[in-house]
Amino acid sequence: MAKSKKDAVGRRGFLKRAAVGAAAALAAKPASALPAPQAEPARPAAPPASARQVALETSTPTPSDVYTTDRPGADFMVDVLKSLNFDYIFANPGSSFRGLQESFINYGKNQPEWITCCHEESSVAMAHGYFKIEGKPILCMAHGTVGLQHASMALYNAYADRVPVYLILGNEQEIAFRRSDVEWTHAVQDAASMVRDYTKWDDSPISLGHFAESAVRAYKVMMTPPMEPIVLCANGGLQEEPMPEEERHTLRIPKLVIPSPPAGDPNAVVEAAKMLVAADNPVIVAGRVARTPNGIKLLVELAETLQATVIDRKFRMNFPNRHPLFNPAAAPPDLSRVVAAADAVLGLEVPDFWNATHAMTPINRMGMTSRPITKTGAKLITITAGDLFSRSNYQDFGRYAEVDLAIAADAEATLPALIEACKRLMTADRKRVADERGRKLAAEHKKVRERDFDLAAAGWDASPITTARLSAELYNVIKKEDWSFLSDTTFISWWPLRLWDFDKHYQFIGGHGAYGVGYQAPAAVGAALANKKHGRVSVNIQCDGDLNYAPGVLWTAAHHQIPLLNVMHNNRGYHQERMFLQDMASRAGRGIENTHIGVALDNPNINYAMLAKAYGMWSAGPIENPKDLGPALKAALEVVKKGEPALVDVVTQAR
Amino acid sequence: MKTVILIAILATFVTGVTILAQQPASTGNVENGKKLFLRDGCWECHGTVGQGGRDGARLADTALTTAQFTRYIRRPTGAMPAYIDKVVSDQAVADIWAYVKSLPAKQAKDIPLLTELKGQ
Repeated sequence: MAKSKKDAVGRRGFLKRAAVGAAAALAAKPASALPAPQAEPARPAAPPASARQVALETSTPTPSDVYTTDRPGADFMVDVLKSLNFDYIFANPGSSFRGLQESFINYGKNQPEWITCCHEESSVAMAHGYFKIEGKPILCMAHGTVGLQHASMALYNAYADRVPVYLILGNEQEIAFRRSDVEWTHAVQDAASMVRDYTKWDDSPISLGHFAESAVRAYKVMMTPPMEPIVLCANGGLQEEPMPEEERHTLRIPKLVIPSPPAGDPNAVVEAAKMLVAADNPVIVAGRVARTPNGIKLLVELAETLQATVIDRKFRMNFPNRHPLFNPAAAPPDLSRVVAAADAVLGLEVPDFWNATHAMTPINRMGMTSRPITKTGAKLITITAGDLFSRSNYQDFGRYAEVDLAIAADAEATLPALIEACKRLMTADRKRVADERGRKLAAEHKKVRERDFDLAAAGWDASPITTARLSAELYNVIKKEDWSFLSDTTFISWWPLRLWDFDKHYQFIGGHGAYGVGYQAPAAVGAALANKKHGRVSVNIQCDGDLNYAPGVLWTAAHHQIPLLNVMHNNRGYHQERMFLQDMASRAGRGIENTHIGVALDNPNINYAMLAKAYGMWSAGPIENPKDLGPALKAALEVVKKGEPALVDVVTQAR
Repeated sequence: MKTVILIAILATFVTGVTILAQQPASTGNVENGKKLFLRDGCWECHGTVGQGGRDGARLADTALTTAQFTRYIRRPTGAMPAYIDKVVSDQAVADIWAYVKSLPAKQAKDIPLLTELKGQ
C-alpha cells in the first residue's frame, strides 16, 4: 500500500543542495524521491504503446512508492500569499503552477477568488485596471515561459504607467522532475530575465522559507513609489512536494510593513515654493500625481493657493475638469501656447517633461530640430519618484529635462509641504496678482468650454457617428449614476473630458502607459471588477483594434458577472497607423490610395455585437444611425445595473 | 480706341493671372469634392463631414479664405501632411474646397442634448 509522504525526504532538501551543486545533490538524494530512471531512448511523439509503457501502466507499485501528502509546499505558499491580502487572483491556467492553483482553490477555499482569464496579457492588463481604481495590487500567475511571453506587453504597459502587479511564474527548475517535452519547453533557467528590464524586482526562491521572505519583500518593493510590477518564481517542486516535517513548525511568514512614500527634501520644497510664488504666470503640469483620492484635493489646494493653471497629461484623474483652473490644452499647439507664456513650470510626476516644454519639427517635414518653448529665464521644477528609479534598456524615461530644480520624491507625498510653503510665502501683493490671474484663467476656461460644445455640434447627425455625439449620448445616459469611466480618450478626441463633469478619483484612470494596444478591453474589465463592490456603473469606450487582441476577456466579464457597459468605437481600422501611412506617403510625394493596406479592419466588417453574444454577453448593434444610439445605450445600462456586462457596437468616425 | 481696348484686355489678363495665382484652377464641383475628400484622406483627421477632431481642425463653417485653404494644403504650417499638385491637382483642391464650403455646422444651441449638458 502506498504510504503518506509525510515522513519522506522532501525535494526541498534536494533543491537546497542544488544551490551548492546539482551533481552532489543528485548523488545524495534517496532513490525513493527520484523519478524513475530513463533507461530507454527517446520515443516518437505518438507511438503505439511499448512493452515498457504497458508494464509501467499495469505493474504493481513498489512498497516505497508514495502517492499522497497531507501538506504540499503550495499550502504554505498560499498561507504566505494570503497574508498579503490580495482581493483576487487573475490567471490563465498553466501546469507549472498547478500545485499553487490546487492549494488556492481547495486548501485556500478559493480566497482570494480565482478569476478565469483567457490570455495572460488579459490577466496582467486586468490587474493594471483594477489597481488604478482600487489602489490594491492583484496577484497574477503565469507559466515562466509561454505565459510570461504572452503577459510581457501588458507588464510593460503597467511598468510605464507606474502600476504594481504581483506576478508569480511557475517554473520547474529541477531537471530530474521534468516529466515530458512539455515540461522541458516550459522550464527556464532564469524566468524573470525576459522582463527584468521593465520590472522592479524579482526572485527565484529555492526553499519555502526563502519563498516567504521574498514574497513579502516583493510586495514591499512593489508598493513603494515609484510603484512597479514584480516577478516571483514558484518552483514546481516547492509547490508539489510535501513540506518537510522538520520545517513545519519553524517556517514563518515575515511581517509586512509598507514604507511611507518618499517626500521631498524640505529645503528644496521651500526653494520650489519661492519660485512658484514669485512667478507672474506659474503653470502646473500634472502627470501621475494623484495616487489616491487625496492627491486630487492636494493638487486643487496647490493650484488655488497659487491661482495657477493646471495642464493635465491625462494619465490619472488629477484635477476636476470643470474647475476654472483646469487647462484643457491637451496637445500642441494649445499646450505649447500655455507653456510658452509661463515664467515657472512645475512638473509633477510627468514622464515626458521635456516634450511638454519643447517643440520639435513635425512629422510632415524632413529633418529634425527642437527648441525650448519656455521663456528665457522661466523656472522649471520637477517633483517625481521617477528620479529614484529607472532602467536603461527600454526608453520610457523620455529625453533628459534640463530644469532649475529637481526634487526626487513622490509628488503626492510632497504636496502638503509645498502647499504650506507657498501659503507662508504668499504676501498680500502676490495674492492680489494671483487673484487677478485666477479671474483671467476662469474666463478663458469658460470660453474654451463653450467652444468645445460648439465643436461637438459639428457633424451631429452624421453617419458614421461622431465620437463627440457618442460621448454626449453616453453621458446623457449615465450622468445620474455613480459612474466610472475606464477608457483612454486619446483616440476619441478627448470628448468625454471636454463634455462630461469629472471630479472623483475613480471617474478617470488614464490609459495604457506604453501605448501597448490590447490594454483597454482587459483593463476595463479589471477596473469594473474593482468598481463592482462599490456599486458603480463602469463605462468603457472600446476601440475595435484593441478588442481584437484578446476578445476572450468578454467571456471573463460574462462568466464572473462583472457589470460593465462597453461602447464600441468601431472605426474599422487601426486609425493611428493609417494616419502615419498618410504622413509617409505625403512625405514621399505619393498618393494615399494604398494606405488602407494593412490597417483597415473591413471587408468583411467585424460585427462586435455578434462577437459579444458569442461570449455570452448582452449586446446591441452595429448602430449606424445616430438616432438609434441613445435608446440602445439606455437598454444596455439596464443590463449593467442588473449586474451583467453589455456591449453596444457603434460604427464611428475615425476620431 | 484700339489702345483703350488693348489696355482693357491686358488689365483683364493681368487680373486673371493674379486670381489664378491665388485660387484653384476653376470653380469646384461639390459632388466630386466630396469623393476626393474621402479618397484623399481628408476625412482621416477632419472627419467625413469636416467636423474636426483631435488630429484635424473643424472645416465645416470654416473661416478660411480660398487662398488660405489652397496654401495650407500645399505648405501647411501645422503638422498636416503636405499635398503636392502631383497628388492633389489644383482642380481637385477646388472641388474639395467647394465641398468644404458646402458643409453646414450646427452650434450647440441648435441641439437640445448639448444645450442640456452644457447647462449642467
